[in-house]
Amino acid sequence: MLEIKDLHVNVNGKPILKGLNLTMGEGEVHCIMGPNGSGKSTLSQVLAGRDAYEITGGSVTFRGKDLLEQEPHERAGEGLFLAFQYPVEIPGVSGNQFLRAALNAVRQYRGEDELDAAQMMKVFRERAKQAKIDLASLKRSVNEGFSGGEKKRNEMLQMAILEPRLAVLDEVDSGLDIDALKIVSDAVNAMRSAQRSFLVITHYQRLLNHIVPDHIHVLVDGQIVKSGGKELALELEEKGYAWVEEHTNTVAG
Amino acid sequence: MTTTEIEQLAKKEYKYGFVTEIESETFPPGLNEDVIRAISAKKDEPQWLLDWRLKAFATWQKMEEPDHWPQLKYTPTPYNEISYYSSPKKKDGPKSLEEVDPKLLETYEKLGIPLNERARLAGVAVDAVFDSVSVVTTFKDTLKKAGVIFCPISEAVRDYPELVQKYLGSVVPHSDNFFAALNSAVFTDGSFVYIPKGVRCPMELSTYFRINEASTGQFERTLIVAEEASYVSYLEGCTAPMRDENQLHAAVVELVAHDDAKIKYSTVQNWYPGDEDGKGGIYNFVTKRGKCAGRNSHISWTQVETGSAVTWKYPSCILQGDNSVGEFYSVALTNNYQQADTGTKMVHIGKNTKSTIISKGISAGKGQNTYRGLVKIMKGAENSRNYTQCDSLLIGDRCGAHTFPYIDVRNTSSTVEHEASTSKIAEDQLFYVQQRGLDLENAVSLIVNGFCKEVFRELPMEFAVEATKLLAVSLEGSVG
Ligand SMILES: Nc1ncnc2c1ncn2[C@@H]1O[C@H](COP(=O)(O)OP(=O)(O)O)[C@@H](O)[C@H]1O
Ligand SMILES: [Mg+2]
Repeated sequence: MLEIKDLHVNVNGKPILKGLNLTMGEGEVHCIMGPNGSGKSTLSQVLAGRDAYEITGGSVTFRGKDLLEQEPHERAGEGLFLAFQYPVEIPGVSGNQFLRAALNAVRQYRGEDELDAAQMMKVFRERAKQAKIDLASLKRSVNEGFSGGEKKRNEMLQMAILEPRLAVLDEVDSGLDIDALKIVSDAVNAMRSAQRSFLVITHYQRLLNHIVPDHIHVLVDGQIVKSGGKELALELEEKGYAWVEEHTNTVAG
Repeated sequence: MTTTEIEQLAKKEYKYGFVTEIESETFPPGLNEDVIRAISAKKDEPQWLLDWRLKAFATWQKMEEPDHWPQLKYTPTPYNEISYYSSPKKKDGPKSLEEVDPKLLETYEKLGIPLNERARLAGVAVDAVFDSVSVVTTFKDTLKKAGVIFCPISEAVRDYPELVQKYLGSVVPHSDNFFAALNSAVFTDGSFVYIPKGVRCPMELSTYFRINEASTGQFERTLIVAEEASYVSYLEGCTAPMRDENQLHAAVVELVAHDDAKIKYSTVQNWYPGDEDGKGGIYNFVTKRGKCAGRNSHISWTQVETGSAVTWKYPSCILQGDNSVGEFYSVALTNNYQQADTGTKMVHIGKNTKSTIISKGISAGKGQNTYRGLVKIMKGAENSRNYTQCDSLLIGDRCGAHTFPYIDVRNTSSTVEHEASTSKIAEDQLFYVQQRGLDLENAVSLIVNGFCKEVFRELPMEFAVEATKLLAVSLEGSVG
């Protein structure tokens, strides 16, 4: 469902991704681990279609279509969701208003009927319940004055409501205490299904105690240098990223 | 691109730009005493009103047009080349909907203002002013039962002369300013509202202004009087066809609130703003002022200004009664070459008076947006308070926002608080919203809506929806 081939990306003229390869199937959970500055957020932003990143080579196919050709909102319509490492505040726009607009926009993209406010509320309730996340935050302006944990939880709530086909989670675990971490990972686990894939990006092995991936890839300096099963995480935890860098095996996931 | 395609595009940008083909009676261009006498005669006015008009005209002739405002650039209207009276032809004034020209009803349908009472959303009575005259007022009977008077001001002059004579010019004197003086001399119609003591007006009242005829000005006059312990919510909407020349709209609105009365006045102003090169559009030079004459009286202005080529407008409150309250909530949006110089004046005279000013300016394209506000607290206005918040939002880097708050406090027991901010729509905000599925234009419009929230929530529900849509249309093409 996602195929990244030899992806090269520059930021301000400086190469950040240097030939990245990754293939994901339907319903799979992949994890990308890597040290700070290795290009994890760059990858997630490029997948979502952020302007500031210059793609100098390679291709990305998502559900049979050229992803890089699409506008950010079209990618969302196709079922791509990015949980941001740093979610953005939208003053004056309530979470409810935001998600109603978003869900109707993606429904429209998919040729589905728009939902009215009452139908929306019903959908929100069902999906939030399924993901075991409280809806109360939707009454407030999007992310405004939210704590770090609240922001991450809110990203998970949005994900639950928008029901993406591929969710890219950029460091959803950073800055969370153990309770918040549990809420976030419970939401992800509740949403795992044969139709939904996850690309979980993290710096820490800790998250993988809660979300158990099918595959792990190690990203160092813009390339995936090692791929393996979930046991790779433990190895990394024990030996650190330096160990991988020394034992590079340049695998295409 | 074919002509029709371009036309369609243009229509998309300003969908009220059509012209109604209707036979009308229009005075030849020009302004002199005879024209004023002719207007007055057309309306069968009493002598005192004609005298008042002539006095205003004499005053106006001695005044200078304030075309040197630092933030506004425009070509003054050639006052002798426009017509001061235009009315759809009719045998007699329409007494009921059945007598109204179907073409006019159709026009208002197209504008989304169905005048048919059954078709109307319950709870709003409408007075429709087409060019210089009021064509129909709905729900008259229902209002009459409550004792509320809601009618064209020309009718009020005839039917309630003492009330009109008592209040006309009592808040905005005929000599107040250049445009108010001109209006006083030549005003042709507008609405009159009178809410008797203790009555809560049973529905929203609304006037819908439409300029149709070319080379005319529109000079309407609105007068609202709320007697002791009464309440009214009044809405005003306006549109005009797209024309290459500038057209002048110089209205005067006067509000009077007696003891414990409250008047809520909301405007969604959508006059034709001119094309994207700055050609054409309405000059909107309006004087709006409310007098909180009684104790505990309350006047609240809410405006959403998205149209007009040039807007010059400062809805104000004279807080004369002790404990009276004045409020001003404003959203002003300028795109392309639009200019807006708008704000408010809060003049505190009574003790313990309170005013709140929330102004949201949005500039896009080459739009210039100025907030100009005066808070004046007189010596006797002990323990008075003002809170002012002025926020500007810039979209793109060719537009401008300017803020001129004037503060004049003459006692020591009062407090004035002023907050101001200028921000740009951040790229990361847009990207975040787009990532959730909204295209660029909808993303901008959502963020702008959030920016305006404190003002929109003051609008009656129906108007809030319209205002939201209007902002989206006005912002089309402003980014990307
Ligand atoms: N917008 C940007 N402007 C300049 N440099 C950037 C930008 N985004 C990322 N970088 C640089 O690209 C590299 C990779 O960053 P990032 O993808 O955020 O890494 P990670 O998420 O793995 O910590 C870093 O050296 C960072 O400084
Ligand atoms: Mg990162």
